[in-house]
Amino acid sequence: MAKSEFVYVTFIRTTPEKLWRALTKPEFTRQFWHDTTQECDWKPGARWRIVKPDGSTADSGEIVEIDPPKKLVLKWQNQMLPEMTAEGFSLLTYQLEPKGDSVKLTVTHQMDKSDSKLINAVSGGWPMILSSLKSLLETGESIEATRSWPKGM
Amino acid sequence: MGADADKVFKALAAPERRLLLDRLRKDNGQTLGQLCEHLAMTRQAVTKHLKLLEEANLVAAIWRGREKLHYLNPMPIHEISERWICKYERGRVRALAELKAKLEKETDG
Repeated sequence: MAKSEFVYVTFIRTTPEKLWRALTKPEFTRQFWHDTTQECDWKPGARWRIVKPDGSTADSGEIVEIDPPKKLVLKWQNQMLPEMTAEGFSLLTYQLEPKGDSVKLTVTHQMDKSDSKLINAVSGGWPMILSSLKSLLETGESIEATRSWPKGM
Repeated sequence: MGADADKVFKALAAPERRLLLDRLRKDNGQTLGQLCEHLAMTRQAVTKHLKLLEEANLVAAIWRGREKLHYLNPMPIHEISERWICKYERGRVRALAELKAKLEKETDG
């Protein structure tokens, strides 16, 4: 495999506008994305970073494509572990499509490198974060384990 | 999770479909043609199984140009595990699974 790529698809009973807000606004991301926020102007070419609860940067990059509330493409580089930073940029895509009373959310995370350490590392985290996001939007409550930064990270 | 869960368990209840998921786990993002290679199944059978896997959301299909690529979608299986394994048990379940794998390997050797 010349690249590493994972795809996550989940159906969430909400509207594309609400889902877009949940993916980008700090008051939502803190609840399902390990108490992190994102700093960004949300326009093409804007710098983007994930801010940990202690204020340091977990990952950073820039906006490649943005079309609210349908599609967001980001360049994403890990800033926590030197061996992952060395891999350079991965590409993250969110696609939101209305399906009946739900929204189909497709998250694609890829890197042009086989056996990417970053892509493998995040593959353990994405299902947890996305199911917590689904729970937050459908029930008003996220999954407890995703409300704080994981110990030892 | 009712009707969706039924689809997931039905889709998983066939060795051919589990084999397709194993193939995607090993090499994610394959076309129908690639998946058919080295499989003792007709193209029609693979198409039929993939359709059930897609309906259960276990396989996500993404178009890249004119190619339809198939990816293993871990979300439904994650939700099943969330439902019956609480986060405090997760570490112990994993430790036991690792112990089983290790002991069985020793016995085989």
